[in-house]
Amino acid sequence: MSAETLRRIAIVPAYNEERNIGRVVAELKEHDPGLDVVVVSDGSYDRTGDVAREAGAKVLELPFNLGIGGAVQTGFRYAWENGYDLAVRCDGDGQHIPAELPKVIAPVVAGDADIAIGSRFVANGGYKSSATRRVGIRLLALVVSAIARQRVTDATSGFQALNRRALELFAADYPHDYPEVEGMVMTIKHRLRLTEVPVEMREREHGRSSITALRSIYYMVKVLTALFVGLFRRSIVPIEDA
Amino acid sequence: MIFDSQTPLNVSIAATAASLVLVLVVFELIRSRRLRERYALLWLLTGLVLVVLSAWRGGLNTIAAWLGVRGYPPAVLFAVGLLFVILVLLHYSTVISRLSDQNVVLAQRLALLEAKIRDD
Repeated sequence: MSAETLRRIAIVPAYNEERNIGRVVAELKEHDPGLDVVVVSDGSYDRTGDVAREAGAKVLELPFNLGIGGAVQTGFRYAWENGYDLAVRCDGDGQHIPAELPKVIAPVVAGDADIAIGSRFVANGGYKSSATRRVGIRLLALVVSAIARQRVTDATSGFQALNRRALELFAADYPHDYPEVEGMVMTIKHRLRLTEVPVEMREREHGRSSITALRSIYYMVKVLTALFVGLFRRSIVPIEDA
Repeated sequence: MIFDSQTPLNVSIAATAASLVLVLVVFELIRSRRLRERYALLWLLTGLVLVVLSAWRGGLNTIAAWLGVRGYPPAVLFAVGLLFVILVLLHYSTVISRLSDQNVVLAQRLALLEAKIRDD
């Protein structure tokens, strides 16, 4: 099946991204005119919603900030309830390059995976980040790989493509605090097929990404704890036998 | 030679009075609908257990002896009180967790509905 015959949607969570969001939406539309774009404005108090609407996106405005997991899940619910076959999640800060979309959706369109994740590290792309952050991402990848019994190189990537099976799961139950990492583990738990695809990513253009060394460490501790507890948590969505 | 120590009478009276006040306050809060029964049950239980242990000195002395509290049996009252406070707090954490989960769902539904209304 080719991507053009599928009903497809891009889910873009955004919090006060009025300076980036217009271009992100425009680029997505330009790249694939048949792609619907839904921007989830996560309690933004700037013009994120208006700018996104002007750029041609559907906008879901959350009344207050839910955090990344809650925002993305709103998009998943929208996609699921409106019958989309394929959803792509990209960040609203311009980090994810629309030209890389075909690579991320390919395994899902081909039916080889229920969820495909664009990874910065499978191949040596041009992504640069601080040393602590790299070590952190590396360590997380190792832990997730061990849990998944599958090689994972980038457990924190928000550049993902999902089919309806994955949408159904995440619309009903999506981790709130560290959705990328925990979501991966959930995917495995529910026996969905997960695959990684090498992609290039950009540095963000406007605004700050407020991750310092100390915060990275704090983040790691929290994520690892959440992961560990998550392994024992009861699932809201029943796990089907394969 | 070790004697089992006894609960002083005035301690017993003061503790009973305080526990009774707790029970009455909780009861009044339920009666005036400022506290839902399901959240008040633990408080009522706390108050009643403390009333019983405070008023029934023989029981408190015996329990203290079982627990190996030799010097001052009313210490058991503190321990029991603390235990219940921890239980109540834990209970509140679960209530808050559930409320915040429900809050997330409400916010999401609201966003979806608003977007729908805008379209029509």
